[in-house]
Amino acid sequence: MTMATTAAPRVQVPKLAVTVTEVAQITPMIKRFRFEPTGSVSLPPFSGGAHVIVELQDGESLRRNPYSLMSPPSQSSSYTISVRRDDAGRGGSLFLHRDVRPGHRLTISRPVNLFPIDWRARRHLLIAGGIGITPFLAQMVQHETAGSDFELHFAVRERAQGAYLDELEARYGDRVHIYCDDRDERVPIGRLLDEQPLGTHLYVCGPAGMMAMVLSSARSAGWPEGSLHSERFLAPASGKPYEIRLALSRRTIRVTEHQSMLDAMEAAGVDAPYMCRGGACGECETAVVACDGKILHNDEFLSTEDKASGRKIMPCVSRFEGTALVLQR
Amino acid sequence: MLVEGIKSRPVYAPLTPRPGCLHLVVANDEGALAVADLAAAAPDGFLTRMRIIYVPGGSASADHGARLGSLGAASFTQVTSDSVAMAAFGEALAEARMGTQVYAAGTENLIGQVVEEALAAGLELGAIGAEHRGSLERRVQCVHCKAITEHVTSQPVTCSGCGLALLVRDHFSRRIGAFQGVCIDAEEPGTAPRPRAVFA
Repeated sequence: MTMATTAAPRVQVPKLAVTVTEVAQITPMIKRFRFEPTGSVSLPPFSGGAHVIVELQDGESLRRNPYSLMSPPSQSSSYTISVRRDDAGRGGSLFLHRDVRPGHRLTISRPVNLFPIDWRARRHLLIAGGIGITPFLAQMVQHETAGSDFELHFAVRERAQGAYLDELEARYGDRVHIYCDDRDERVPIGRLLDEQPLGTHLYVCGPAGMMAMVLSSARSAGWPEGSLHSERFLAPASGKPYEIRLALSRRTIRVTEHQSMLDAMEAAGVDAPYMCRGGACGECETAVVACDGKILHNDEFLSTEDKASGRKIMPCVSRFEGTALVLQR
Repeated sequence: MLVEGIKSRPVYAPLTPRPGCLHLVVANDEGALAVADLAAAAPDGFLTRMRIIYVPGGSASADHGARLGSLGAASFTQVTSDSVAMAAFGEALAEARMGTQVYAAGTENLIGQVVEEALAAGLELGAIGAEHRGSLERRVQCVHCKAITEHVTSQPVTCSGCGLALLVRDHFSRRIGAFQGVCIDAEEPGTAPRPRAVFA
């Protein structure tokens, strides 16, 4: 790669100004937020599985968190998201739970879908765990409209902690299967994988351990990669503060304990690309010009070889330990 | 005569065992040797889930069928033509579930049909392996009348449907499982070069 002296200008996609019009406590840990457009414009339609980045101005710090849209995809009057309170997280979900009330104005990104329905599939096997149900709520509306063959298997800790169970059962009947951990019920993944007709695609969204188990079971049962779909947003890990040098912007910036590298670039006024902010999409991939130390690759996008090469980094979730890191940004 | 570098030209690789609940193998001619290599590389438990459909041909005197019959596969069916093999393959696919792997070996004429049928049944490309062995003969679709001409070894070839002299291109349709043939003397009919055996 040749050294450019300035960063290429990026096309700025306009963001959406919304007002919170409803906050509902769904379970002790989960709240649902309804966003309506501030002013007159309607919201863009999306497809099931899409997410938006919600910008959260919590005092001095600006957080940008991805949340899957759960409302019907063709509904342009409002979007809804569901947020599980994560007491150990960086504070985005806590801020939403504690401080965001009806009337609160927010900026959100336009919807981006990294977890779309594959319409070539003849049958759709949906597997959700906990708050991972949200993208499926939007997808199932589309499946119902399209008349597609689908089945949802949804694992929750206990009935009282599971979101939208009654609604799902009422609307979709025996296409919905619910499993409660506290009753020792488990998604019978082996049997499910064995009995699917050709042309079935599998979609999984939920806790990391569950997703890894489902995907590895499917691979060892001979399901090809093209039939497997998953989405997992990683929360950026906290860690020791460090400094990085941005070669194109000619800046040295400090990344604090609870900031991601991408947060720090933005706080310094550097316009860096991003889409998911969760290590999944690859949009923020940045070339490493020089590195004296260790890159802590936390993303799920780069291949093992790319991570080992030390030439690329995903600044939305990855960190650095060492004396010098210079990025092509 | 062929345009080089056409991206749709299929690229084949040696058959390798993949995890799966059922391994459907369709082979003809020297494709038998690829199947024998696959079986030799297979992990425990693979052969008991392997079903082989074989059409003898090519160096048939070597009796590859007997060799495949003695591999210990769950089933071995020897048939007399590619079309009978395809019918048997279709029946096997009708009962197949996710986790099924398909392996095609032999001529491109057969491989094209196996891949087409497997995709139509809902399999992903990731569940289909194909290894070309033996004759270079091709299955050709006439872009003018859409007729399929099988076992094409010459360039140009006379279309079995409309009789035009077709230039056989490397342009391959995965959906149809055939190379595309285009009229070679459209501007001056009757000036087609004499066919030469190039896909022998």
